[in-house]
Amino acid sequence: MASSYNAKEEDGHLSGSAGLGGTAIRTRKPDNTAFKQQRLPAWQPILTAGTVLPAFFVIGLIFIPIGIGLFVTSNNIKEIEIEYTGTDMSSPCFNCSQNFSWNSTTPCKCVLSFTLDQPFESNVFMYYGLSNFYQNHRRYVKSRDDSQLNGDLNSLKDPSKECEPYRVNEKPIAPCGAIANSMFNDTLDLFYIDPNGTKNQIPLVKKGIAWWTDKHVKFRNPAGSNLTAVFIDTAKPVNWRKPVYELDTDSENNGFINEDFIVWMRTAALPTFRKLYRIIQKKNNMTPTLPRGNYTLEVTYNYPVRSFEGRKRMILSTISWMGGKNPFLGIAYITVGSICFFLGVVLLFIHHKYGNRNNSSDIPN
Amino acid sequence: MLRRLNRLCGGDENRVDSRTIYIGRRPCLETEVFIPSKFCDNRIVSSKYTVWNFLPKNLFEQFRRIANFYFLIIFLVQVIVDTPTSPVTSGLPLFFVITVTAIKQGYEDWLRHKADYEVNKYPVTVLEDGRSVKKESERIKVGDVVEVVEDEIFPCDLILLQSSREDDTCFVTTASLDGESNHKTHYTVPDTEKDLQALSATIECEQPQPDLYKFVGRMHIYKADQEPAVRSLGPENLLLKGATLKNTKKINGVAVYTGMETKMALNYQGKSQKRSAVEKSINAFLLVYLCILISKAVVCTTLKYVWQSKEGQDEPWYNQKTQKEKDTNMYLKMFTDFLSFMVLFNFIIPVSMYVTVEMQKFLGSFFITWDKDFFDPEIQEGALVNTSDLNEELGQVEYVFTDKTGTLTQNNMEFIECCIDGFQYRHRDELDGFTVTDGPVGKLQQKAGLEKEELFLRALCLCHTVQVKEDGAEETPRDQVDGVDGMFPQPEEERCFIASSPDEIALVKGAMRYGFTFLGLESKSMKIKNRQNDIEEYKLLHVLNFDPVRRRMSVIVQSKSGETLLFCKGADSSIFPRVKPEEVDRIQLHVERNATEGYRTLCVAFKQLSAEEYAVADTGLREARLALQDREEKLMAIYNQVETDMSLIGATAVEDRLQEEAAETMEALQGAGIKVWVLTGDKMETAKSTCYACRLFQRGTELLELTVRTLEDGRIKREDKLLELLRDYHRRAVQDAPPVKAGVTRSWSTANQEYGFIIDGATLSLMMNPPRDADASLYRNLFLQICQNSTAVLCCRMAPLQKAQIVKMVKNSKGSPITLSIGDGANDVSMILEAHVGIGVKGKEGRQAVRNSDYAIPKLKHLKKLLLAHGHLYYVRIAHLVQYFFYKNLCFILPQFLYQFFCGYSQQPLYDAAYLTMYNICFTSMPILAYSLLEQHMSIEVLLDNATLYREIAKNAMLRWRPFLYWTVLGIFQGLMFFFGVRFLFSNPALQDNGQVFGNWSYGTIVFTVLVFTVTLKLALDTRHWTWINHFVIWGSLAFYVFFSFFWGGIIWPFLKQQRLYFVFANMLSSVSAWLVIIILILLSLLPELLLVVLRKPRGPHSRQKKPGQSNVGGSHSSQSSARPLLMRTFSDESNSVK
Repeated sequence: MASSYNAKEEDGHLSGSAGLGGTAIRTRKPDNTAFKQQRLPAWQPILTAGTVLPAFFVIGLIFIPIGIGLFVTSNNIKEIEIEYTGTDMSSPCFNCSQNFSWNSTTPCKCVLSFTLDQPFESNVFMYYGLSNFYQNHRRYVKSRDDSQLNGDLNSLKDPSKECEPYRVNEKPIAPCGAIANSMFNDTLDLFYIDPNGTKNQIPLVKKGIAWWTDKHVKFRNPAGSNLTAVFIDTAKPVNWRKPVYELDTDSENNGFINEDFIVWMRTAALPTFRKLYRIIQKKNNMTPTLPRGNYTLEVTYNYPVRSFEGRKRMILSTISWMGGKNPFLGIAYITVGSICFFLGVVLLFIHHKYGNRNNSSDIPN
Repeated sequence: MLRRLNRLCGGDENRVDSRTIYIGRRPCLETEVFIPSKFCDNRIVSSKYTVWNFLPKNLFEQFRRIANFYFLIIFLVQVIVDTPTSPVTSGLPLFFVITVTAIKQGYEDWLRHKADYEVNKYPVTVLEDGRSVKKESERIKVGDVVEVVEDEIFPCDLILLQSSREDDTCFVTTASLDGESNHKTHYTVPDTEKDLQALSATIECEQPQPDLYKFVGRMHIYKADQEPAVRSLGPENLLLKGATLKNTKKINGVAVYTGMETKMALNYQGKSQKRSAVEKSINAFLLVYLCILISKAVVCTTLKYVWQSKEGQDEPWYNQKTQKEKDTNMYLKMFTDFLSFMVLFNFIIPVSMYVTVEMQKFLGSFFITWDKDFFDPEIQEGALVNTSDLNEELGQVEYVFTDKTGTLTQNNMEFIECCIDGFQYRHRDELDGFTVTDGPVGKLQQKAGLEKEELFLRALCLCHTVQVKEDGAEETPRDQVDGVDGMFPQPEEERCFIASSPDEIALVKGAMRYGFTFLGLESKSMKIKNRQNDIEEYKLLHVLNFDPVRRRMSVIVQSKSGETLLFCKGADSSIFPRVKPEEVDRIQLHVERNATEGYRTLCVAFKQLSAEEYAVADTGLREARLALQDREEKLMAIYNQVETDMSLIGATAVEDRLQEEAAETMEALQGAGIKVWVLTGDKMETAKSTCYACRLFQRGTELLELTVRTLEDGRIKREDKLLELLRDYHRRAVQDAPPVKAGVTRSWSTANQEYGFIIDGATLSLMMNPPRDADASLYRNLFLQICQNSTAVLCCRMAPLQKAQIVKMVKNSKGSPITLSIGDGANDVSMILEAHVGIGVKGKEGRQAVRNSDYAIPKLKHLKKLLLAHGHLYYVRIAHLVQYFFYKNLCFILPQFLYQFFCGYSQQPLYDAAYLTMYNICFTSMPILAYSLLEQHMSIEVLLDNATLYREIAKNAMLRWRPFLYWTVLGIFQGLMFFFGVRFLFSNPALQDNGQVFGNWSYGTIVFTVLVFTVTLKLALDTRHWTWINHFVIWGSLAFYVFFSFFWGGIIWPFLKQQRLYFVFANMLSSVSAWLVIIILILLSLLPELLLVVLRKPRGPHSRQKKPGQSNVGGSHSSQSSARPLLMRTFSDESNSVK
């Protein structure tokens, strides 16, 4: 029965096509463009075992050497950390940390000695590190006025609301805000103890520790020849001992463009952080920057961290092309490279073992 | 045209009282005082807004959407509470969305205003006190007498009082109302005064109601010193606003309904919104993400207070609170903290997803309209998209309900044969039926008596409502598409018939071929030319209109000789009980044989009415027509009373050809795992043969019939028999059937018996409304189970509402499958509206179906591409879009959440505000939009060739919880990678080779860079179809991100309070470590994806597996090589398959 209908249906085809004879095609016919007909020429990549597997090997082969390189580089970086918070009774800074008061006029000093087992070649970078210090707390991060720091006179007179409660102290505070107010103000001095016992102060360079663009564009002193006069109508931040125009004697490093200040103003990402403090320039190619031996660190202990269980430390580190010491990248690259390589091998094995069998059963096409 | 579904009326009935209209707005009796009643004026207001209320009303409308409202709340929270991100970050996207929508809606409304203005200011002529006055259309009042000339549109609903035509009729097309372009005849109220000025009358009619085909009213004509005469008014007297006057010089009519009360205006309603399954999935996912959002906020808030309770943490000396903060109540602070966290994490539910989804749907739907494969040269039209909300639903269809006539078949009727008094008459030139070369067939085979033959042919000539198109020669009759027989040249005469049903034309033309030509209807007399070329004239007394319940129509005519004759034609089931039983047997055989061959059969009967009989019938009909209430029922009763004791004189067979490629389409649909149900009003045999012809039923198919005939069993009651049969079929089709593998409904092995199920309307209604209510669910369950196990189901003898009922029943059955209805006629509107997706075929039965459909296609055969290619692609695209959106925002926000653990739960954002805002708007939006418009994971040809591929996405496969979980886990994994990778890097923040350190914004920027690259490359990995647009937007987005970051960090922006990102990006790029960490994190994040590509088993949602033996249509070679599981390829065959 069904077959008899096939003939009829073909008949239908004929009649359908007969109807369209002669009629002129009007414009309602859709355009026959590749885009409208979804026939744009297209590259149709098919990710297959064949293309992916070599990629695994290539990734493995590239990443493992990079990782080893990174790891070695990181390991070659010399770094020493000296904690000087003074929480321990034994610590030389214990007294300073215990007797801290904002009002004391005499600075408390403490001296820590340490030994370098290996010489530090080339430039050595001196960092201070703080722990459990939430520089990334929202209230803290936003408590600044960038236009004031950029030298805007209006903002100098009338700092941003964000600076509350460090905005006005009878006179407008410059620089305002919590970040500026809590600027790290310990002074760290480094002395090399000669084998013969003499104490040589190591020259610390305080320029070049802040981002160039920050120092030269983002931070600017308000216009005026005399900084003291410019800041005359402002108050110093409550926790500062000196006003902003006395941060340094060098006019290129004073006021808002003081590099210590700029470094501090770049808020850290994590509650444990380090910030660049000073640079110890390489003297010459013959002698290491910091030779092996004994050193003392003299700390002018101004910065209280006990109240929030913070820690302070001083870090001496050399730097490589990848930055400071950080084994993470090297390990990560080695791991990922090895995983890729391993996966490549496993997959190749599976591919060969099972691929063939399936292929044989797949032969009909 | 009478097969309308009375869907819009109802509800209004209870407040029905009649309205009284004074013609010419004059009091009819001097004694009465004319009180102008308050009817609304003739102003049409289709616009929603005015200039004044646009803003508030539009905003209100928009914020009623739950998503917009949510974003508004978030925005308000940001404005009120001290939150980590500025209100701009969420305000800007919201503002953008709201503005764009408002502009779009405003523009649409402006267009409506313009259209309204055009209609309202249209000049019309109103007769006032004998003079004709030009007025603006909006000033017409109820009771005004309006003059309309040819080709003008009626300005309001009018009762026809006077026509320029001799026979007091006028012709009208209602093309703009229901799409029927045939001319309909309307009649003047009988016996009214010729002089309208002197006419004093009132009209009493029902209150406005939306049914276009219903009107009851009464006209009281007052004449001096006489009893007022009463005339009944029906739809044939009513001229609807929006219809056009044709073939008539001018008419006068009295306005009865004006303005918003006209039937057209009442019918002007938005369709109910259909929601797609994808949208439901989106909502479910949204809920999950909302839970994630809230739990994140709760966790953070709790931990914050735990953390703060420790000494010195809450307010260390370096970070004092403001006075205001200190003063705030602790609980209030907790609450605002919670809100702040919500705001911080709210990007996990992005505004932009809605925008992108909307854009994707809107733009994507163009591809359907643009598809030239949908273009039909015959009607010069392509596909039509009425709603773009359901594009993806086209890829999810599980049940297709199709109409037979006009959808499966062409509704292009051709008279094939007739049977007179038991003898078969078949036209000779049937193979070449359109060109009758040798003129009318002079002689019939002399089998039946000549008298019988002529009676039969006269019946064919008289019993119809066909009109002859006048002056057909000068116009272009062949251009008329709807319901007009203009397609084929008529060699002997330029005669063009117009009718609402193509069957009637076929019959009249059939009779013409045998020598009886219908010449036309003039002033109530029908002229036919008989074989001897004599003109016979019959006075048309009554037309007993066709309706789908009676399934027959009759005319009562009076011949020259004074005989009163009733001719009746109709379906066999409705005629046979009304004729003498002994006549039935002779003809029944023919009818059944014709029906099995797929012809539409009609039986013709006649009856000679005696004078008394006629008098009774006449008064009955007149009374019934005058009735104001229950007129339909009363008419029906009279009709049934008149149409009895007739004698059967013959039957006709009209062929309705199958649509082009109907069988292929049906086969493809079944191959795609879609169940096809044929719902038709036709009789079982015809429908069954059509099913065979379209290969829905095959030779091996065992048919399970549940019809009136199988229920007829002398011994037991029908209900019991029904239950017995249901149980029996259920046992055969469901219980004994071997367990069917999921998703596979049709197997190609011969072992499985296939079942076809047939049910008819009567049985269905018995089953739906059984005498004992308790059985209803039992019946229904058995029925559904049988249906689900049958390959095809045929429901015949269906009333339009029953079609909708069936669709509804399947729609609400277990698993709530996605249904699609396709039909071309007004009788399919109900099921088109009921189904998830309604498809209209631009057929011959008017445009009603097209107007109510979601998509309209010219031919049934286009359904295949619409579902298998467009539907499949749209589904894959939007499913990927949705999953990707959730994924990309999860791994966007997760690092931000993790960062809270390292910043004292202080709601410090990890990313800069610009990045937060731009992430979804600029950096990652375009690639996914391009993907969701252009992706073809398989080429259209492959999709069309392998219908089985459709099954892979069935049941919302790509948006089920498993893929969602996969994407979520992927997002979480990547978020963790991003955050902790950078976290470990920052254990020593001295990352530059000059020893300088990075701060928190560098941290965020590195994470963000990794994020943007990873999510974009993830999309690139998923893209299988790289057009230049994909390349452009993917690489362009990444380039834009880099460019923007440089730009954003390169300038001290005067309007920003904080220059957070100043040179952060540039400094980041100067650090080798940052580069290295970015590269490894991107790679590590994409590694699982790469691994999956290799390991992916053929079961995966993207897989292209297909056993060659399974394809019902032989797949092409290329498709098979790409269809093989990826792992199965060796390196050796790589060389020739990958280029």
